[in-house]
Amino acid sequence: MSDATNASPALLDVRDVSKAFGAVEVLRSVSLQVKRGEVVTVIGPSGSGKTTLLRCVNFLESYDSGSIRIDGKEVGYREAGTRQRRSERDLAAMRAETGMVFQSFNLFPHLTAAGNIMLGLTKVRGKSQTEARQIAEHWLGRVGLAHKADSLPAELSGGQQQRVGIARAVAMEPKILLLDEITSALDPELVGEVLAVVRSLAEDGMTMLMVTHEMAFARDASSRIVFMADGGVSAVGPPKEILAAETSNERLRTFLARFRASHF
Amino acid sequence: MGYALNFNLIWRHFDKLWGGLLLSLELAVISIAIGTVIGLVLAVWYVSAGRVVRAIIAAYVEFIRNVPLILLVYLVFYGVPTVVDLAYSAPTSFVLTLSVYSGAYLVEVFRSGLEAVPRGQLDAGKAIGLTPWQRLIHVRLPTMLRITLPALSNTFISLFKDTSIASVISVPELTFGAQWINFNTFRIVEVYLVTTAMYLVTGYILLFGLRLVERRFRAAR
Repeated sequence: MSDATNASPALLDVRDVSKAFGAVEVLRSVSLQVKRGEVVTVIGPSGSGKTTLLRCVNFLESYDSGSIRIDGKEVGYREAGTRQRRSERDLAAMRAETGMVFQSFNLFPHLTAAGNIMLGLTKVRGKSQTEARQIAEHWLGRVGLAHKADSLPAELSGGQQQRVGIARAVAMEPKILLLDEITSALDPELVGEVLAVVRSLAEDGMTMLMVTHEMAFARDASSRIVFMADGGVSAVGPPKEILAAETSNERLRTFLARFRASHF
Repeated sequence: MGYALNFNLIWRHFDKLWGGLLLSLELAVISIAIGTVIGLVLAVWYVSAGRVVRAIIAAYVEFIRNVPLILLVYLVFYGVPTVVDLAYSAPTSFVLTLSVYSGAYLVEVFRSGLEAVPRGQLDAGKAIGLTPWQRLIHVRLPTMLRITLPALSNTFISLFKDTSIASVISVPELTFGAQWINFNTFRIVEVYLVTTAMYLVTGYILLFGLRLVERRFRAAR
């Protein structure tokens, strides 16, 4: 690791985060750092807590213990250690700093593509309609949908909807982008167009934390890969190391073997 | 089968029916408007409230739904002014009753609509940093409206028909007009045939209009 990366504190700093749904422990003392400009991918079998972890980062889920900081600021609670939840207004302001793209797109069905992007810009960022529209058109252009600005989500293909979802998230200029299995609900032939957008954002230096089952994409686009199993971080490292077939981590080896068997 | 239909007397008094129909519509529109406000406010409150508030709202809904409207109309018109020092006209009394009555039905319509809004949309609203109030106004209510429109149309039509109950406290709406003509002409078959037709046609026009609104919204889904 170079001195420069060592010196810069992590943009996202997750420490010892645990969470249980009733008796089920979904996160067990998870720690994870993402530096500015890094793309970190979380892989692991379903039920390993990947999505929950992502949802804790922008406090769509609360966590029971531990601390999550973005840019040095504790996310969901007033202070690390205290379990005093931030006010809804504070939480909204914190969430505006993290973008999220969802597996099922979650576009607002009553708003056009541009309208979906403009909602946060006008209501949260306080921009004028004209300015918000310009920003929306800019980002729709970036994701190759300039001609669909006035289309409703129902008129768009899954891949197009997801690209609007990405545009909606990045238009807010978040510090970090969270991508939650964003291609899992897409037909195979639509996956490529969405991943191409993510790749171009990564090239622009957007900090990203993503959960994906696209191993080839994870290998090519990630700075580091985190392997989660049973709610804990089982392995972290550069893609080559993690995805190597001869890894000594037995769980990881089983996961990769199963994955290869079902995908190739 | 010796009965010969004769509509002449009906047409002579048709102003009673026409004026009655207009009053029926007025009663329905005002009551539904107030009921919609009651329904929306209570439904939004319900889905975000604790157990006590929920129980109170549920009790209101259950009470209204299990008591015949005609009894409520009597209670409010004859009962309340005897107990409390209040005076109101029969139409006002009926609007009051139908508002509270429609409110209870609309709470249910809106509540189930609010609960049917996909969680993902609310998450998306949170994720872009909308406050709870902004999420309600810009995400939850628009989607809820789309979901509930068909049920809403049916409730509105049903409430329009319920205005006929106002005749029992002598509010001169359509059914009361029909009764008046019947008492004064004894053309019972004719007058109720015409009145039925008037309810039917009005109901269909209302339904047609509401379906147009629905289609507009569905196109925008």
